[in-house]
Amino acid sequence: MGVRQVIIIGSGPAGYTAGIYTARANLAPVLVASSVEPGGELTKTTDVENFPGFPKGIMGPDLMEEMREQAEKFGTEVVYDDVVKVELEGEIKRVTLGDGTVLEALAVIFATGSAYRKLGLEHEDRLSGHGVSWCATCDGFFFRQQVIAVVGGGDSAMEEANFLTKFADKVYVIHRSRTLRASKVMQDRAMQNPKIEFIWDSEVVAINGADSVSSLTLRNTATGETSELEVTGLFIAIGSDPRTHLVHGQLELTEHGTIAVDGRSSRTNLPGVFAAGDVVDPTYKQAVTAAASGTVAAIDAEHYLESLPAQMKEQAA
Amino acid sequence: MSTPVNATDASFATDVLAAEGTVVVDFWAEWCHPCRQMSPILDEIAEAHPELKVVKVDVDENPAVTMEYRITGIPAFKIFQGGKEVGEIVGAMPKPVFEDQLAPFLD
Repeated sequence: MGVRQVIIIGSGPAGYTAGIYTARANLAPVLVASSVEPGGELTKTTDVENFPGFPKGIMGPDLMEEMREQAEKFGTEVVYDDVVKVELEGEIKRVTLGDGTVLEALAVIFATGSAYRKLGLEHEDRLSGHGVSWCATCDGFFFRQQVIAVVGGGDSAMEEANFLTKFADKVYVIHRSRTLRASKVMQDRAMQNPKIEFIWDSEVVAINGADSVSSLTLRNTATGETSELEVTGLFIAIGSDPRTHLVHGQLELTEHGTIAVDGRSSRTNLPGVFAAGDVVDPTYKQAVTAAASGTVAAIDAEHYLESLPAQMKEQAA
Repeated sequence: MSTPVNATDASFATDVLAAEGTVVVDFWAEWCHPCRQMSPILDEIAEAHPELKVVKVDVDENPAVTMEYRITGIPAFKIFQGGKEVGEIVGAMPKPVFEDQLAPFLD
């Protein structure tokens, strides 16, 4: 395959929407969807109730399947591999995949989203899959009739806690302050759930257990006192960080760690390189804002390609 | 080439514990999205390593072995040799990473 017009990296709402728009602009996009997480974060959720057009809600994985289908319908080529290296300087951008394939294009759209934040505790990795989890929909099933905890205060923490009450007898929500970042509707749902108990002003300072999680050590953020909480599972939902490791040293980042873009556009510091979705967004991080951001990147890429000299464009198939 | 075998609570002893050589057991469920991503990767690995036996256990249908091997998150892969659990790989990951983690158990 020769030089393409545009490569999209990422398969969440931003990536697939950029696929829909660039495909409809006849740019024959190739979209690198990753080998194990195509569809992105929403594939780990259950009901999505705030995406316009779905008054009855839609399951996150189903929404992402529909987006992929829509992108492919207009000619987006979806590749299920991981990007291991990018070379973004110069007129022709190179993207290397896990299997060694090198893709070349005149424009690249980064829609790599964000990755779960860890607590950074000693036994967190060792006990991952043995009581420590980042995915309630994946692992909640294994905690039937058990007592477990969720750490975090945002929408995803509330959603996980509510979901986990389908299985667990009791779900503690551990939060470092007394105010939640979660939306009012999600807060209310968690507060009214009889199986959920909030533990305010507390942080997890240790995860204990030999083969699997048996308890947590909590520290009260107001008094500094520590206490033990017996649980068999800990679901971590303390937010996420933009996934930018591929572009370190190539693209400018903001103080928030997101890829820096010019104003309301998706233009990065390098010509022909655009960024969209959670990887540029420290604030909103919604499926619908990510999708909108993917549209912006697609249109910016289209304008950029139109502005290139004719001999450059002829290189692309 | 070898194709994955579906084991159950009843057949686990025969399919896994009594098997010769190295066995990789993939604990999965229909509702587990990351498991669905790993499934074709396991098929490819089974095909590439005829000496390796790949066995799948649906955790919904087979609570006894799921409990016995203390599965608390899926996808989870347990590696058996001579009827003994010798290692595990937890979570969804790209094929090269999975192969790296599996390599020490292959001759």
